[in-house]
Amino acid sequence: MSSTKTTRIGEETRVDKVNAELVTLTYGTIVAQLCQDYDSNYQDVNKQLDKMGYNIGMRLIEDFLAKSGVGRCANFRETADMIAKVGFKIFLNVTPTVTNWTSDNTQFSLIFEDNPLADFVELPDDGRAQDELWFSNILCGVLRGSLEMVQMQIEAHFVSDVLRGDDTTEMRVSLVRYIEDEMPPEEE
Amino acid sequence: MAGPPRHATMQSISNGSTLQSGDRPQAQPSQQQLSQQSPGLRVPSNRKTIYDRHLNRSRNTELSRASFAFLFGEMVTYAQRRVTGIQDLEKRLNEQGYPLGLRLLDLLFYRSTSTSSSALSSSSTSSSPPNRPLRIITLLHLIHGPLWRLLFGRAADALEHSVSPDTPNEYMITDNDPMVNTYISAPRDMSMLNCAAYVAGIIEGVCDGCGFETKVSAHNQPTELWPSRTVFLVRFGDSVMEREKVLERAGIK
Repeated sequence: MSSTKTTRIGEETRVDKVNAELVTLTYGTIVAQLCQDYDSNYQDVNKQLDKMGYNIGMRLIEDFLAKSGVGRCANFRETADMIAKVGFKIFLNVTPTVTNWTSDNTQFSLIFEDNPLADFVELPDDGRAQDELWFSNILCGVLRGSLEMVQMQIEAHFVSDVLRGDDTTEMRVSLVRYIEDEMPPEEE
Repeated sequence: MAGPPRHATMQSISNGSTLQSGDRPQAQPSQQQLSQQSPGLRVPSNRKTIYDRHLNRSRNTELSRASFAFLFGEMVTYAQRRVTGIQDLEKRLNEQGYPLGLRLLDLLFYRSTSTSSSALSSSSTSSSPPNRPLRIITLLHLIHGPLWRLLFGRAADALEHSVSPDTPNEYMITDNDPMVNTYISAPRDMSMLNCAAYVAGIIEGVCDGCGFETKVSAHNQPTELWPSRTVFLVRFGDSVMEREKVLERAGIK
């Protein structure tokens, strides 16, 4: 599928809307609650966010397919395009840039110019959060969960975040393998 | 200058985690954090920080309702794992909404005064109209109208005062079809559960932030036409009722 066509699907897919600030603030309160529950053990917070995202992703993929009406991607490059231009566009109204492909076409980066989840956010100034917390880590889980439902095992993690003082927000996504047989999803 | 710049009022959501439930009666603790504003945080070289963006930037932006539903659903599921019963769960959801209320209050005031540029530059509130509600009714109208519109794009459906002489401190805000509950289905044995407790927490935060000690709870009051109709019961504390009497005698609106 051509890249422009993908862009068009992302832009033309109609979805019900809510005030963006309600989404942003709700996500913020989730992260804040986790930081409190895990006693500011940010590694655990990252893990929990990833799990929550995974749970979301497993259900979100169905919504994605129903809304966008797209079919199977021919290869991982097309998948990446679909994630950035349709998935993120529909659900977060942003289109991260797909870049930094490895030569074997199994790893790419998503660069986020804008991230609604992180609007109004400043990490706690405790000397650790900026080194340990990946505020938007839920997104990694969402990708992992949703791609698993369409037979792709991937690994995703953030490598930089403007909230940490980095110049960009970048997520690294790697294809581990295509899942051959239908397996029951793991419960998390 | 007495305080931090006004646009700093929407400070880090994450810092909301330091707000313990014991701190509830005053909004002050989070205000104090503001003044000792973080010299230690690293910022991007392009200075893409929250202070360099206009607070109204996201004012009219919208996001997918599904995203909200997914996040909220996950929030409820997570909360559910750590509680003992329905009341406990609702309490937890309430507590998660509470810090939002405190912040939304500031945001509402900021936006209601920042329509003229002069209000933006003034650092004290003295030059802007005194828009912080002093009386209960004014406060409830703020919640019923502007707060609801900010969150849900429309006003709430009803605002009522308790008719019972025993409970003059009780008010009810009704939402015929709360958006937050649209995609929540409670199992039969939890039919009492109302996840709009999250919104109740937001209301409570707004009231407390205004200096109105309050308890707010969400209750299912279905009608044939509106199966998920929810009533937010707002119960003001004794101190508020006493002050209300004094203000009424003084003729303050």
